[in-house]
Amino acid sequence: MKNLRLPIFLGAMAMGLAFAEDPEFSAADTAWMLVATGLVLLMTPALAFFYGGLVRSKNALNTMMMSFSALGFVAVAWALLGYTLALSGDGNFIGDLRYLFLNNVGMENKGAIASITIPHMLWMIFQGTFAIITAALVSGAVVERMRFPAFLLFITLWGLFVYAPIAKWVWGGGFLADLGAWDFAGGTVVHINSGIAAVVAALVLGARKDFGRQAILPHNVPFVLLGAALLWFGWFGFNAGSAWAASATAGLALTNTILAPAATIVVWSLLDLMRTGRVTAVGLATAIVVGLVVITPAAAFVSPFFALVMGAIGAFPSYYVLLWRAKSGLDDSLDVFAAHGVGGITGAILTGVFAQKAVNGLFDGLIAGNPAQVLIQAFAVLIAVVYSGAMTFLLLKLVGAITPLKAAVKEEGVGMDITQHGEEAYTSGEGAILVKSEAAMPVARPKAVGGTD
Amino acid sequence: MKLIVAIVRTEKLNDVLEALFKAEVRGLSISRVQGHGGETERVETYRGTTVKMELSEKVRLEIGVSDHFVEPTVRAILAGARTGEVGDGKIFVLPVEKVYRIRTGEEDTAAVTPVS
Repeated sequence: MKNLRLPIFLGAMAMGLAFAEDPEFSAADTAWMLVATGLVLLMTPALAFFYGGLVRSKNALNTMMMSFSALGFVAVAWALLGYTLALSGDGNFIGDLRYLFLNNVGMENKGAIASITIPHMLWMIFQGTFAIITAALVSGAVVERMRFPAFLLFITLWGLFVYAPIAKWVWGGGFLADLGAWDFAGGTVVHINSGIAAVVAALVLGARKDFGRQAILPHNVPFVLLGAALLWFGWFGFNAGSAWAASATAGLALTNTILAPAATIVVWSLLDLMRTGRVTAVGLATAIVVGLVVITPAAAFVSPFFALVMGAIGAFPSYYVLLWRAKSGLDDSLDVFAAHGVGGITGAILTGVFAQKAVNGLFDGLIAGNPAQVLIQAFAVLIAVVYSGAMTFLLLKLVGAITPLKAAVKEEGVGMDITQHGEEAYTSGEGAILVKSEAAMPVARPKAVGGTD
Repeated sequence: MKLIVAIVRTEKLNDVLEALFKAEVRGLSISRVQGHGGETERVETYRGTTVKMELSEKVRLEIGVSDHFVEPTVRAILAGARTGEVGDGKIFVLPVEKVYRIRTGEEDTAAVTPVS
């Protein structure tokens, strides 16, 4: 649970002590968190399939590489600097450097969070998997046109200077936590953050050359469904793992993580049916993601019944923003804003509506007679939107000053797989001549007599 | 009647189709082909294997037209497919001996005139 004082509070209740001592190391909690960490890591390759299926075949590898690269670049940045910026010290806005280069991150069950029952380094890397997926999510807004070197530099900086500070404010005992804004597993830190960054990135880069001129269709819808399935599976680690324990709280979070997207699927399908007379596969895959995003901030704060309600309500804003976006001039190519930004905001606000102290032992929402919680949630949303938007803009301008952000129109036409990576996703191998060595590489092909040019 | 065969870049197909529809050329077939037209080779690397791609993906259009439609069709393809770089493709205009429309049994010019 992502509020520093919370586990201490729970521990105190459980043990009947005024103040809990550092809790015992727990083998059960550690076992679950080992699994949960792996599950969250899986979400990033899952996202690669989700996004990869949605683009044209000439850009499939480039799109998938954006997510896969985050597994390297963002993870290394997190270990060296991001973790200490996000989750150390008593500061309200940014951490100190006590864990720089993983110094002082040991195997004992104490560290940044006094009450963890798992090894500190496991906690550090569990948190790292969140940074990776968040940065990868942004890529959906810039696919099919952003130069790869510029993208690598951008997500590395973004993970350090956009993700880490917001994580500090919400989860690291920063000012949003002090204010009483609740975010169980990352509705604000992960989804609103990446959704807003996506809009800004799409605006700064500009649209693809074909956007609004010709139909740009998904090249592999089964990939999209596979990605959605693996994202859902990984999300059990994301939400239930955010209990940081093999506990009843984790059980509630996992139950809600199944029920909310289930309700979103039903409502989304009905909306599709009423609008076009057909339920679509890409729509259903999107509904799964939207439902997961909506329940993320509330996963262990609301009852399973209200998780169903949240999933159902959450379908509407994202569904209609998606329809609007496709007709607008905004080339947020894979609708990161509609799914993650809008879904995240809906979830954060509804957390303030449907939370019940009877369920979570911590705070009430509107339905339990605490309307002020809705305003606190909305304020946290606003702060995240402003910071993420402004910093993403500055970082893109900085990267753009170092290296061009956007591929040339011609490169975009040929496809990013060939121009950025020198590889193709689906090659027959016909007409490919093996080059034995650089020296033996034919310099120019002989011109046929009479010329075929 | 003529058969117009054009080989164009895959990424220019949409522009060509747009130009053809504007010129009111309605009946056509397309197929994906691989070929070589003197463009510079692409080098791709898959782990330790470096290959030179001799053949590029192209699209072939086949359009049967009556004589007075040859000129507008060719112009539309030229306008839509041109980038100015090597590899833009070719247009061939071939004589046609006989054409039948299968549905009605119409022959020759009547068979290639669009149904209005």
